[in-house]
Amino acid sequence: MELAVKARIMDADKLRRALTRIAHEILERNRGTGNLVLIGIRRRGVPLAERLQKLIEEIEGVKVPLGILDITLYRDDLTTLSVQPVIHRTEIPFNISGKKVVLVDDVLFTGRTVRAALDALIDLGRPQNIQLAVIIDRGHRELPIRADYVGKNVPTSRKEEIAVQLEEIDGVDQVLIRELPQEADVSP
Amino acid sequence: MRLQHKDLLGLKDLTAEEMELILETAAPMKEILGRDIKKVPTLRGKLVVTLFYEPSTRTRTSFELAAKYMGADTVSIATATSSIQKGESLRDTARTLAAMGTDAVIIRHSAAGSPALLARTIEASVLNGGDGMHEHPTQALLDMFTIKEKLGGFKGLKVAILGDILHSRVARSNIWGLTKMGAEVRVVGPATLMPPEVEKLGVKVYYNAEEALKDVDVINVLRIQKERQKKGLFPSLREYARLYELTPQRLKLARPGALVLHPGPMNRGVEIAPAVADGLQAAINEQVTNGVAVRMALLYLLIGGAN
Repeated sequence: MELAVKARIMDADKLRRALTRIAHEILERNRGTGNLVLIGIRRRGVPLAERLQKLIEEIEGVKVPLGILDITLYRDDLTTLSVQPVIHRTEIPFNISGKKVVLVDDVLFTGRTVRAALDALIDLGRPQNIQLAVIIDRGHRELPIRADYVGKNVPTSRKEEIAVQLEEIDGVDQVLIRELPQEADVSP
Repeated sequence: MRLQHKDLLGLKDLTAEEMELILETAAPMKEILGRDIKKVPTLRGKLVVTLFYEPSTRTRTSFELAAKYMGADTVSIATATSSIQKGESLRDTARTLAAMGTDAVIIRHSAAGSPALLARTIEASVLNGGDGMHEHPTQALLDMFTIKEKLGGFKGLKVAILGDILHSRVARSNIWGLTKMGAEVRVVGPATLMPPEVEKLGVKVYYNAEEALKDVDVINVLRIQKERQKKGLFPSLREYARLYELTPQRLKLARPGALVLHPGPMNRGVEIAPAVADGLQAAINEQVTNGVAVRMALLYLLIGGAN
């Protein structure tokens, strides 16, 4: 289904600036890189976490550990999906116990993905704390979850879709608002 | 993509793509097995029943652990202590299980075709845990997973299945699975333990172990069921061992670093020499771990998503 593009709310420059600001905010809030780890949620959270890792290294000269989290097995909506998701490997090659974990994803919407990620992380260890970084917060939360670092707040209608496109996956860096056909409703 | 079947009855019914999906799904499951907390909530609220009409430790335990690690509840029915002793038919047992809200049944039965009968009777997913001399699909899938993990793939691989091919459901499932994935399969054993017209399954038949093992990448050693020996299918265990036991000398005929598999339990000194069973090329213990991962993948693919 081809969706009509309603607006381009971020281009490559805006995305880069937003990530740079988030990198500074992470360092300021955590007073440096001590005990800090980044974990990207598959799929688009992973390249975003990699970019943050690189930016933090440029600012602070320290490469913070990076992990990849697949949350499929923790989703609460498996029985309602028409297509069964393919499971990918979770790759967190370090112990997260006692660490300050920054969870990275592209869009914060209902909060259900983040809830699943929190469950998955807590099964892997006991972090000192978990913080959340997203590029877009589009509202419509169904759970009491908020982001600590936000690239851009975008009030949206449920008839719209946010597409964060990244060079590594989509070949272009941009964020689009697309409009779903009338009558349609967005599910995360 | 998802499996096109409600059940897993055998590898004869599966396409190469479906087998690939199962093996790819098993890889992240194995990561879970390496964690301190081996548990995910994916199948919370689901009921998985193991219904075993034949004794088995590793297959039943492996399925039960897989179900538990995925968050499902499990019930194990051993026929020796169940109503089956009172003469209840398989169909009636199946209906009882269905009425209890079972989501998946794993069945092992001495009669080939029992899982298919069960699958037609109930809505729940039926997984074949071994039926007669027919199929043992999860064993073959875990063998394939181990081969893929160690050797990277199947195309062009030479795999020898060594031993009692006639009575082996493991051999049949492996033949169907591996040939579909592009491997060359050789079967080797005494003529009395070779099914008639086995070459029609697309395998090369050997009666001489030395010839069959030359340049192979994988040797899958089958268990000699000692009770069969009483039927006079081969003269003595000693003679069988002399001709077909996988010894260090015979292993040297295979490619350097060839993988040795065995579905267990092993008769050391009969079909496999202790030095080979405990040697660096054997992946026998790893097969057990991989079996849990493969069964977790199957439960996810069959009952983990939308109905």
